[in-house]
Amino acid sequence: MAGRGKLIAVIGDEDTVTGFLLGGIGELNKNRHPNFLVVEKDTTINEIEDTFRQFLHRDDIGIILINQYIAEMVRHALDAHQHSIPAVLEIPSKEHPYDAAKDSILRRARGMFTAEDLR
Amino acid sequence: MITPLHSSLGDRARPCLKKKKESGWAWWFTLVIPVLGRLRAQTIMKARLKGAQTGRNLLKKKSDALTLRFRQILKKIIETKMLMGKVMREAAFSLAEAKFTAGDFSTTVIQNVNKAQVKIRAKKDNVAGVTLPVFEHYHEGTDSYELTGLARGGEQLAKLKRNYAKAVELLVELASLQTSFVTLDEAIKITNRRVNAIEHVIIPRIERTLAYIITELDEREREEFYRLKKIQEKKKILKEKSEKDLEHRRAAGELLEPANLLAEEKDEDLLFE
Repeated sequence: MAGRGKLIAVIGDEDTVTGFLLGGIGELNKNRHPNFLVVEKDTTINEIEDTFRQFLHRDDIGIILINQYIAEMVRHALDAHQHSIPAVLEIPSKEHPYDAAKDSILRRARGMFTAEDLR
Repeated sequence: MITPLHSSLGDRARPCLKKKKESGWAWWFTLVIPVLGRLRAQTIMKARLKGAQTGRNLLKKKSDALTLRFRQILKKIIETKMLMGKVMREAAFSLAEAKFTAGDFSTTVIQNVNKAQVKIRAKKDNVAGVTLPVFEHYHEGTDSYELTGLARGGEQLAKLKRNYAKAVELLVELASLQTSFVTLDEAIKITNRRVNAIEHVIIPRIERTLAYIITELDEREREEFYRLKKIQEKKKILKEKSEKDLEHRRAAGELLEPANLLAEEKDEDLLFE
């Protein structure tokens, strides 16, 4: 577990994916499957959900980064994922800044802390 | 079967409870542990009660330690997420700048994906007996985008790469925090469930059994006592009855005194006088 590295996957709009690929996380596996998905205006929700589920099942992906507005579209698939690995992180996009109230993880802790309490 | 209930119907309308009452034996078992009402059983039960209480206290301590760590992690997560929002904004700005100078390189970047330079390893951390997975990022291989932006906008592109690399590091840290968060959440739920089970089911059951044993022992004592009393009474009555009988017979003259050997009397058997 400590030796084999895991990948970081990205599901986001073109700009986000480009940026992260330049950061050096992109890889094609043996079957030429990429570890990222560029979501455009005409990408269906089913496609996004399918790719997300595929990423969850792949055992060489440790983290999945997903834009928050896309996460909203497949919220049910995100909430159904209860395991700790792969970790699903919601990141903001250019048009949609980060909203702590919509985050899956922070919603579980609602009632204990809110972001306003810690400011 | 889920029935909409009116409270006045009570247990009659709850099929699951109804079943419990009819199979009375099994239902009773959950209230009290079946033991004989003996002294030895009492000592055994006392030891079990002590054991259950110690277990509950230890589990409570574990739950407290986990909750403490949980809150710390939650605080850190919120801070890091706010920071991440800022870093991502910066990175997005630098992307826009680079696009402005270097033109649209998105398609080339996406086509040239080959091997990842940044990968993550999962290590294990231990908190109060709970193993938490922790991510650590590492670099390997060379930058496959060295040649991008060679034509124009090279510096913006370099800045862009640095920004996104920084963002990736931050995100890996955030992912570790998040996985610990989720794992701890589960562990805390399980521990609290066990604490509640011991506190509300097992300990009351043992206490009820102890009370039952004590009542049984008391009952036996009282039985013995009662039995003794009754026997004494009976003896007294019998004695009184036999005395009365004696009086009557004496008064009626039926009673013959038994022969007194020491009294002088004429003995017919003697041949020679």
